[in-house]
Amino acid sequence: MNPKIQTKELDFHYGKVQALKKVTLDIKEHQVTALIGPSGCGKSTFLRTLNRMNDVIPNARLEGAVFLDGLNIYAPEVDVVEVRKRVGMVFQQPNPFPKSIYENVIFGPRMLGLNHRTNLNDVVEKSLRASGLWDEVKDNLGKSGMALSGGQQQRLCIARALAIEPEIILMDEPCSSLDPISTLRIEELMQELKGKYTIVIVTHNMQQAARASDWTGFFLLGEMVEYGPTSEIFSRPKDKRTEDYITGRFG
Amino acid sequence: MIKLSPKLMQKIAWGFTWAAGIISVLILVLIIGYVLAKGLPVISLEFLLTSPEGGLSGEGGIFSCIVATLWLIAITMAILIPLGIGAAIYLAEYAPDSKFTRLIRYSVDLLAGVPSIVFGLFGFAVFVMALHLSYSILAGALTLVCLLLPFLVRSAEEAIRTVPQEQREAALSLGATRWQTIVHVIMPAALPGIITGIILCVGGAVAESACLYVTMGGSAAMPTSLLSGGRTLAVHVFYLAMETNALDKALATGAVLIILIFIINLSTRWLSQRLQAKMSGGT
Amino acid sequence: MPRYFVDRLSRHTVSIFGIAAFLILVLIALFILKDSLPALKEVGLIDILFGAKWYPSHGSFGILTMLAGSVVTTLLALAIAVPLALGCAIFLAEVAPPRVRSITRPAVELLVGIPSVVYGLVGMIVLCPFIARLSGTGSGSSVLAAAIVLAIMVLPTITSISEDNLRAVPVHYKEGAFALGATHWQTIYHVLLPAARRGITAAVILGTGRAIGETMAMIMVIGNSPIFPTSIFGPARTLTGNIAVEIASATGIHESALFVTGLVLFILIMLINGIGLIAYRRRV
Repeated sequence: MNPKIQTKELDFHYGKVQALKKVTLDIKEHQVTALIGPSGCGKSTFLRTLNRMNDVIPNARLEGAVFLDGLNIYAPEVDVVEVRKRVGMVFQQPNPFPKSIYENVIFGPRMLGLNHRTNLNDVVEKSLRASGLWDEVKDNLGKSGMALSGGQQQRLCIARALAIEPEIILMDEPCSSLDPISTLRIEELMQELKGKYTIVIVTHNMQQAARASDWTGFFLLGEMVEYGPTSEIFSRPKDKRTEDYITGRFG
Repeated sequence: MIKLSPKLMQKIAWGFTWAAGIISVLILVLIIGYVLAKGLPVISLEFLLTSPEGGLSGEGGIFSCIVATLWLIAITMAILIPLGIGAAIYLAEYAPDSKFTRLIRYSVDLLAGVPSIVFGLFGFAVFVMALHLSYSILAGALTLVCLLLPFLVRSAEEAIRTVPQEQREAALSLGATRWQTIVHVIMPAALPGIITGIILCVGGAVAESACLYVTMGGSAAMPTSLLSGGRTLAVHVFYLAMETNALDKALATGAVLIILIFIINLSTRWLSQRLQAKMSGGT
Repeated sequence: MPRYFVDRLSRHTVSIFGIAAFLILVLIALFILKDSLPALKEVGLIDILFGAKWYPSHGSFGILTMLAGSVVTTLLALAIAVPLALGCAIFLAEVAPPRVRSITRPAVELLVGIPSVVYGLVGMIVLCPFIARLSGTGSGSSVLAAAIVLAIMVLPTITSISEDNLRAVPVHYKEGAFALGATHWQTIYHVLLPAARRGITAAVILGTGRAIGETMAMIMVIGNSPIFPTSIFGPARTLTGNIAVEIASATGIHESALFVTGLVLFILIMLINGIGLIAYRRRV
């Protein structure tokens, strides 16, 4: 299995606060990688460095490199918009635009210049089918995305991310505001999607990491403490801190 | 001093606040009622559609003033809207958190407190004299742009800032450029607030008199170009009151102004409610 | 690719617009200062600021009478408007039944937008003759008429901002006071008003700025004689009125002296805002 993303000695500062310390990590293609750790450990910050979402934060500073298929996405000649086209993202709170379901899904393709109506219709159907929302909304594509339930909204956001045909999908605690049934639905979806995409998910829920991921990385105080196959991390952690965390001794 | 019981104290206080409330509303209702009662009977189609003749008895109507007011508003808005919204976008979306940005923001705040007549003085010095526009609708409009700009920038920036950060991030994560995010996500969401700000500026332009009095001149003739002088309805009220005996016509013009402000105010309310309802979803 | 080009072009354009706001302020200050210089050189700042005589055709350009006119009318107006507006704000925020409030609130907002010439006109037609009868002399165009008109004009502004600030006080403050057995009025007086003090101060400052800057309505009711406001029944002139009345016919040093008047007005407003800012920032 090839590493799809590699980070090298990644440091990240918000002003004077260091949020990431020398994080080096290989993320494998067509796998689900879960990042776990207590609140404030840097796992979300790390995730957001992978599509340069932290660029919008004032006074933030990054050192080190992130390679996407061997290409450093922080190299000066790289266009951030091109990076984000290849790396989709799903956020903690479902954040559909206050537009119709249809408009939400085609937002990305339209920004990229795709305007042909039949093509767009195809994109909408394909993306909504992939996110498992099609059957629930196919007769109501003109309805506002805001009018859906929380779980449906999150799947709409996934469909919206899929519509730009990314290679990687980043998920930042995508289930933290959802009920258990919706959560399960998203976890199943990740399994369906990993055949085609590489998925990185941040979660504070260890059961979710154990259930849904192939690889797990444990973050603590901005450092990546341990990284390996999920089954090993949860059954035979090498580091004492990892063990303490997954057995619930802190966090 | 006699110590009053809390109960009695409260009764006295209630009496005072009720009195304050009633007196305030009464004064204002009486003023508006007076102007409408005295002014409305004078208004006729003829009054609206003939121009004032400029005599001591205030012959004629207010047609050229209506035309001048409309021209002034059209030109002012044509310059003000792009400038104000552009500046607001810059401050809310692009401006780095630097000393210079703080300076800009501080100037906007300071400008908002500068009296209209000082803007008038500035407009007189720059547009009327230095740029040789003389007393004209254009000079008045440019002055008005300076006067209203701080207000529009502030209200538009406020509206843009209320758009949740998650919406920005969603658009950026889908490969939209900064500008596409602004045009397709932020502006639509900020629109109700921005439109309210614009309509309030129109109201301000209708009500404004001091800075126009010293930049547009007082010509009652029908404006023929942007470089014609002119008087807006509000300035006309002033002229009628100070230089003629036609107080009834001044009141009639005042009534027209009040009705205009009513309409502007109601349409703001209606529009922002409608847009808000549209934004918050439903089918 | 065109969309990157659009992105960059747009960013530069709006940056320029953003800087325009700053430039306008600088330009206003510069132009008014520049056009003030001839009078400042010829007559001197001291003679203008503290000269009691404004007699342009004789070369006297003292604006002290107008400065006094502006300050006295504004203070008088505040003395009338502030208690009334505060009472009104408390009434709307705490006392009035919801039905009354749903009518008065939009009405108050509407009144902020009514042109000042309309207030001036009514003051001229109704108030001035009444004051003339009361005092028995003159036309009624007077400091008192100006102060009353100003008070009515700033009333809606101070009321609505104060009301907003009273409403913004967290409800648990109020509940805390109620739980200790305070009456509603005691709660308002000892808890709500102090908590909303900063916002109310800001409202009064804003009203003060409006009052100092008001021009046309003042010209209509104050009589415009450049003399000291020694009696509330007598006429006076404001700084604003001085500019508006004379600018069209003034030339040379006279015109420049009017720019000095504007400069003084500008500085006065900055001072008021500065004091407001200090009062606002002071720890509660």
